[in-house]
Amino acid sequence: MRFLFKTDYEDDIKLFPHSGYVVSYGILLALLLIAPYALSSYLMSQLVFVCIYAIVGVALLILTGFTGQASLGHAAFLAIGAYTAAYLQTYNVPFPVYFLAAGLLTGIIGAMVGFPALRLTGIYLVIATISFALIVEEILARWESVTNGNEGMRVKTLSLLGVAVPRDSPTFYYLCLAVLVLTIVGTLNLLRSPTGRAFVAIRDSETAARSMGVNVALYKVKSFAISAAITGFAGVLFAHKLSFISPEMFTLQLSIEFIIVILIGGTFSLHGAVLGAIFIVMIDPFLTYLKDDMPGIIAGIAAAFGASTGTAGNIQSSVAAFASLNGLKGAIYGIIIVLFVLFEPLGLYGRWLKIKLFFQLFPLYKRATFKRQKIYVKSERNR
Amino acid sequence: MSYFRAENLSLHFGGLKAVDAVSFAVERGEILSIIGPNGAGKSSIFNLISRIYRPTSGRIFFEDQDITEEPPYDIARLGIARTFQNIELFENATVLSNLLVGRHRHSTTQLWQELLFLPSVRANEKVHRRRVEQVIEFLDLEPYRDKLISGLPYGVRKVIELARALCSEPKLILLDEPSSGLNVEETDDMSFWIRDLKNELGVTVLMVEHDMSLVNRVSDRVIALNYGRVLAMGSPAEVQQHPDVVAAYLGA
Repeated sequence: MRFLFKTDYEDDIKLFPHSGYVVSYGILLALLLIAPYALSSYLMSQLVFVCIYAIVGVALLILTGFTGQASLGHAAFLAIGAYTAAYLQTYNVPFPVYFLAAGLLTGIIGAMVGFPALRLTGIYLVIATISFALIVEEILARWESVTNGNEGMRVKTLSLLGVAVPRDSPTFYYLCLAVLVLTIVGTLNLLRSPTGRAFVAIRDSETAARSMGVNVALYKVKSFAISAAITGFAGVLFAHKLSFISPEMFTLQLSIEFIIVILIGGTFSLHGAVLGAIFIVMIDPFLTYLKDDMPGIIAGIAAAFGASTGTAGNIQSSVAAFASLNGLKGAIYGIIIVLFVLFEPLGLYGRWLKIKLFFQLFPLYKRATFKRQKIYVKSERNR
Repeated sequence: MSYFRAENLSLHFGGLKAVDAVSFAVERGEILSIIGPNGAGKSSIFNLISRIYRPTSGRIFFEDQDITEEPPYDIARLGIARTFQNIELFENATVLSNLLVGRHRHSTTQLWQELLFLPSVRANEKVHRRRVEQVIEFLDLEPYRDKLISGLPYGVRKVIELARALCSEPKLILLDEPSSGLNVEETDDMSFWIRDLKNELGVTVLMVEHDMSLVNRVSDRVIALNYGRVLAMGSPAEVQQHPDVVAAYLGA
């Protein structure tokens, strides 16, 4: 186990606590850079989605993980970013301009959502953000002169400095990766500055934050604006990746997927956003695989246990019918959230830390190390 | 004029007069304790000063400036820091970042500078950390520097709250029952620190306290409250012998 001896304030501030991190993240970055030459085009496409979901995950972590303001409206922010890009494209605005414009517009709308949210906490805030998302969805469907209504909008191929960047080209992947890395670095910078600490202070005790001179309202709005702006950037990439956008893509289910990203990844660290994004992007092909192959496998097992051909066929068709039920995906997502909240509240990244610590301390690891109890009652009446 | 003063401060919840026309003044560099039975309105006065509650009537002045209408976050900016009776720390953050939040009123960097972590932000961070380190040293918190609050015992948390208030380099500090929940040894430490606050750092202290031995040891003056009204004001000995105070405590 490595002990860090801090001899300078710089040791507290720097992004990588020791050289080991530089090596491991360097290797990771190198692997990600050569990925287009090693992976199949299907996996590359999935990797682009991982990047986009991770960007939204980081955005949501800023708001929910670090500022403590839950949001089920991030699909709407993504939609605003995507539609801004698609709309400006029709006027032949160059990519860098509409990319920044989408972030800016989404950020401003995020701040506007933040204002009414100032007086709401917990479940009420969740309801407010859901209603915001529903309003946006409805506007997208009805404002036909701009959004083309339910028919959706076609997104032209991205062109960067006059060079066309198709959505399945390595360049597009590098672009998404670059945005993700910049987002993560920017967020880490924020978290080690006064603003990031003010966010955490608001999450843990608004009363104390206020009495330490934090303008709680201002910082909540800032948090909403930053989170929305980042999601807006992700929306532009999302639009280009799909090359076609329509209102029914940005539903409540997408917002829930974003919440799953951070809940499953872990809400206390930016690693969580990336791990959760990998999880959510990979679970879809896995569910499809189950849906296609599961009935056959179960029927095979039943046959092996001596079921007649007819019975096995019946089992196969009923499992297949169950697997293609409407809303099954939503139910599975729900079960996943419940199981993670109950049994792995620190998420995948928390699990990784536990495994790491287990080997570092072997054989002295204690299971209670990560147990945190809230022992002392806070003065709720001061809220 | 006095350094800090409250004039006819009242806080009514419906018919209940939690604080009823209380006037007092704090001189620069003194330690003033507020004592009184439970429900006398001691903590309410603190919550009025730090603007968690809005006073029903009355005015508060600090350094000859009327601060009655200031928003809560500006109270800290003026140099008034406080601790809480039931510990309000940022549970899921390290001791260091808790203390750095205490430095918030001194942060001057803009959001865009922080996103890029420009050299100016880095330089500011170092200044903050140097100040925080002085407070850590002053209050003997070195062993807990990088620990999460949620894993620390009560006594240590109490000290960290004092440390966080000190990190803002306050001119006036409000201590809400600094010794509640502490054992005899920890209370002794606390009394030395409160003395040092005044003598070494030159901070003016306004304190709510139940432990009379601590009050006697550190206070220059004492105010006794009951049912939101001032019963007596003066030196610790005078106040304790005041017939109204004796009656309030013993119910005679």
